[in-house]
Amino acid sequence: MLLLIQYTLIFSSVLTLVALGGCISEHSGVINLGLEGIMVMGALGGALTMRYLGTTSPLVMVLLVMLAAAVCGAIYSALLGVACINFKADQTLVGTALNLLGTALATVLVKAINTAANPDDHSSEIEYVRARKMFIVNINGFEFNWFMLVAVIAVIVVAVMLYKTKFGLRLMACGEHPQAADSVGINVYKMRWSGVLISGLLGGLGGVCYILAGVSLWKFENGVAGFGFLALAVMIFGQWKPVRIALAALLFGLFRALSNTYIGFPSLAALNLPGTVYNMMPYIVSLIVLAFTSKNSRAPKAEGIPYDKGMR
Amino acid sequence: MKKVLKNPGMQAFLASLICIIIGLLIGYLVLLIINPEGAWESITNVIKNFFTWSKPKTQLKQFGNTLAKTMPLLMCSLSILFAYKVGLFNIGAAGQYVAGACASLYAALAWGWGWLPCMLFAIVCAGVLGAIVGILKAYCNVNEVISGIMLNWITLYLTNTVLSKVKEAASPYTLYLDDVNPSALLPNAGLNNLFNNNKYITIAVPLALIISIAIHILLSRTRLGYELKATGSNKNAAKYAGMRENTNIILTLIIAGGLAGLGASMLYQTGYMRWECTQSSVPGMGFNGIAAAFLGGLNPIGAIFSSFFIQHITDGGQYVNTNFYSSQISDLISSVIIYLCGFVLFIKLTMNKMLARSEERKLRQLKEAEAAAGKEVDQ
Repeated sequence: MLLLIQYTLIFSSVLTLVALGGCISEHSGVINLGLEGIMVMGALGGALTMRYLGTTSPLVMVLLVMLAAAVCGAIYSALLGVACINFKADQTLVGTALNLLGTALATVLVKAINTAANPDDHSSEIEYVRARKMFIVNINGFEFNWFMLVAVIAVIVVAVMLYKTKFGLRLMACGEHPQAADSVGINVYKMRWSGVLISGLLGGLGGVCYILAGVSLWKFENGVAGFGFLALAVMIFGQWKPVRIALAALLFGLFRALSNTYIGFPSLAALNLPGTVYNMMPYIVSLIVLAFTSKNSRAPKAEGIPYDKGMR
Repeated sequence: MKKVLKNPGMQAFLASLICIIIGLLIGYLVLLIINPEGAWESITNVIKNFFTWSKPKTQLKQFGNTLAKTMPLLMCSLSILFAYKVGLFNIGAAGQYVAGACASLYAALAWGWGWLPCMLFAIVCAGVLGAIVGILKAYCNVNEVISGIMLNWITLYLTNTVLSKVKEAASPYTLYLDDVNPSALLPNAGLNNLFNNNKYITIAVPLALIISIAIHILLSRTRLGYELKATGSNKNAAKYAGMRENTNIILTLIIAGGLAGLGASMLYQTGYMRWECTQSSVPGMGFNGIAAAFLGGLNPIGAIFSSFFIQHITDGGQYVNTNFYSSQISDLISSVIIYLCGFVLFIKLTMNKMLARSEERKLRQLKEAEAAAGKEVDQ
């Protein structure tokens, strides 16, 4: 039971962070389908930091890994920004390209690093047994991960920022009616850029949190197994509102955690379902949930449409 | 020259060429950063692919392998471009492809069906998957990209479970078609002799080419194609004009799904590949289809060439120097190319702007010359 709660919380933290990223980007008017690739890049930055940082105090380690992941994610999301904001490219296409590029680039780089260290090693794995322990505080068998705290803070910060600050309200204006926002002197391009960069930052954090969730070794060929898209489903289910997103993430996290821990429950194990059923659960649940919630969706009105100053 | 440049087809070709060149350059750059020593040799091997072999006969055989794998890719890219013309981004093609593989392999291995029923079953199953996306889109307003991705993962896990029933006991791979049910293999029809007896060259090759021409005709010459495109550009206008917009959306995704499923049957029923039942990620074929569709300028005929090119460099990836690099460098190149395809509109716009400017300049010069001539007469 404890294990289920632990996995639920850690997977919900991942989903919350990434979905908040998607939410900010969409509120600024850019659909960020590249979250999956951004997560991979954040994970890569974090994993490399863990590999090369050697022995330091846990505090330095935790902070540096988070910083590296966030910076990697933000830099990578700039690719989306350039294409979709400045060059008015198709946001779906570029997002998809970023997902493919993220996994390919991470695999090529990690394999090159591994092969350079040991000519016989052609794997795409990075190991971080010791570093992972620094993220975890053991409370009576419950492994508390610092990312859980980060996720809670992120929800509060994003909620306050979006609804209570000048910046957040302006950002949302750019996703609802960029022409109107521009007419009152808001720089739409700048706002959209900040939306995309913040989403990259949160996506990167979510990425490193994901690979730290259960294992101490990550194979980069696998990417992040559709988690970026699950996060988008969470965001839609949460109707683009930070607190609701956090609640939705808890629900989705629970189903994801079940696939890791169902063997521990006699009643579930007795059903004798194949393990793949539990693997499918989060995706099936999100499809059903989307079918019921998408009809009156509260999506930002101008999302997905490149802003063209001349179109006013 | 100017006239040629103004032709939209030519512009699309040039834009794709620019994408390819920049994509290869970035791939080369990454290789250089990893290790400058063998970078040039490796990138040329990626481009050469089967030409790296010295014997012409081996080249021909390897060319056949690339060609056999181009056909499923072509089908996936047709699936994506067909849906895109109707305003839908069918990222679910990857999952529909998996469904096709599942259906054709299971029907062949467990039920012992012949090749044609297997192929049709693959089309139907993948079409059903497309229909689910379509129904969700038409009646529940679910974004087709999100539902497509969710279905990709669901289909992958389902396929792993289903095909585990027909896998080898000792390995995670499905049984060999050649051993269990040779009647499910696509007929060669003598085409294999053209490629140094490469048994993977089957009727799939001409069939795929015919289908791309058929899709081209369907989209540009028929009433159905026109209605579908109209629905894509404005759902409400289409409804106003008396078209059944929801049916059109669903129909589009059924056709798109069927195409992707047919692609899977074209590969798995040659016996070239077997399904790995422990696969933990969706096969890249559907995603590469996106690259091929956009690189081909969203034109079914262009897709033939772009699919071949994408498969060519993907296969070329295995000839890099594995002492330093990994074969995923070709995935990197094709994903960079997809990214750059986002800029195609901008490239075309710039081309047109440049053309217009040079024309304007010429006109002005002509006017100035006339004016000067006029002055001379006055004097």
